[in-house]
Amino acid sequence: MSFYDKDVVSIRDLDRKQIDEIMKVSEKMVPYAMGEKRTKVLEGRILGNLFFEPSTRTRLSFESAAHRLGIDVIDVSEMSMTSISKGETLADTIRMVDAYCDVIVLRHPHEGAARLAAKFSENPVINAGDGAGSHPTQTLLDLFTIKRAKKKIGGLNIVLVGDLKYGRTVHSLIDALAVFGANLTFVAPETLQMPEDNVDHIKRKGADPYLTDKLENVISKADVLYVTRIQKERFPDPSEYNRVAGKYRIDNEMLREAKKDLVVLHPLPRVDEISPEVDNTPHAKYFEQAFNGIPVRMALLYMILGGEGL
Amino acid sequence: MIEIKVAPIRNGTVIDHITAGQALNVLKILGVNEYNIDSTISVLIRVPSKKEGTGGWKDVVKVEDRELDPKTVDKIALIAPNATIVIIRDYSVAEKKKVDLSQTISGLVKCSNPNCITNMHEPVEPEFDVVSKEPPTLRCKYCDRKLYNISDNLI
Repeated sequence: MSFYDKDVVSIRDLDRKQIDEIMKVSEKMVPYAMGEKRTKVLEGRILGNLFFEPSTRTRLSFESAAHRLGIDVIDVSEMSMTSISKGETLADTIRMVDAYCDVIVLRHPHEGAARLAAKFSENPVINAGDGAGSHPTQTLLDLFTIKRAKKKIGGLNIVLVGDLKYGRTVHSLIDALAVFGANLTFVAPETLQMPEDNVDHIKRKGADPYLTDKLENVISKADVLYVTRIQKERFPDPSEYNRVAGKYRIDNEMLREAKKDLVVLHPLPRVDEISPEVDNTPHAKYFEQAFNGIPVRMALLYMILGGEGL
Repeated sequence: MIEIKVAPIRNGTVIDHITAGQALNVLKILGVNEYNIDSTISVLIRVPSKKEGTGGWKDVVKVEDRELDPKTVDKIALIAPNATIVIIRDYSVAEKKKVDLSQTISGLVKCSNPNCITNMHEPVEPEFDVVSKEPPTLRCKYCDRKLYNISDNLI
């Protein structure tokens, strides 16, 4: 199976076999990502990092992943200084950048931007988040983290909690988890529960998710707890926000009933969804999850650019 | 009870078996307004239908002296997937065909997601996968969202 020259726009474009292949290559990349081994296997290649929206983690980790493989990175650090601010279309910007590099990484505020970029670019495009749409590399690193921690994904009880309505990471993630046959539980207040369209989509793939607003009722059976941030601006009434945020705050008291080997994940940045006291427990895997962004993105770049020999 | 019949037309198109309630949207697709009516158009709303799956009712639109182009027929398929297009020439049926919704459509409707890249003056036509033909359900090929209110988003 070849990933050479392939766009990565949505997790829905990848089948299980392809995801497994990415997981396998990601594992190989770990010692390189940690700096234990060094390589210049993709020296001479250029990555165009196009971030039309602020991002720390994704942008830095793509840059780090590229450098670890010997790839040079060009980017636009100040979008307001560019011709985009003069009204240039994304299509034209992409055609221009396409001529300057071998692979484009795009973060954009509008849904569908990466699909459009892939249409206009000769070189492969990796979606680093398009509005409230897809964020496939986040999904891949989440899967990789679960797989490394639990050695499998199918059959695990995976509980997702927080803002499931607007959080783009969870929408992509449940698509992939459904493909792997995980048992899914969605915990959120009714106003922030998983959209019907997304639930229907995974049901068609054979998943049978359980929806609830009570974390305390499901935590004891969870193998993985995936926590997302509840944004204050979603609530017109601050006291309602405090009530909801407090209800889903993960602390050691909340984890008292949890399995010993429960893994807690969070796409970060967190505000106060997870108490710092959890950081020191064996449950906390969210910093490892953030690190896993490097080997997974290295694997994608390596496969897409036709790397060989590692 | 008085039965009102619409007289047969000499030349033109009869759009039959329109989903009940969609006749006015068909007129919108035909681009009917005060500036461009130059022939008689008859509209029948909620008339009995014997066809299965219609709930017993249908709408009919008869347009005199006009034959529809394929793009217009495709648009009608989006809101009335069971419609029949009958072309009349000299009082006789010259052609009769069912509208047919293809697997993908482009350039007929815009995405209902205001934040979709196709609504941002980019040089692309909106494209959709047809998820279901009955009722017509579309998914944007760019932002992956379901399209709500097809008739409100016709281009």
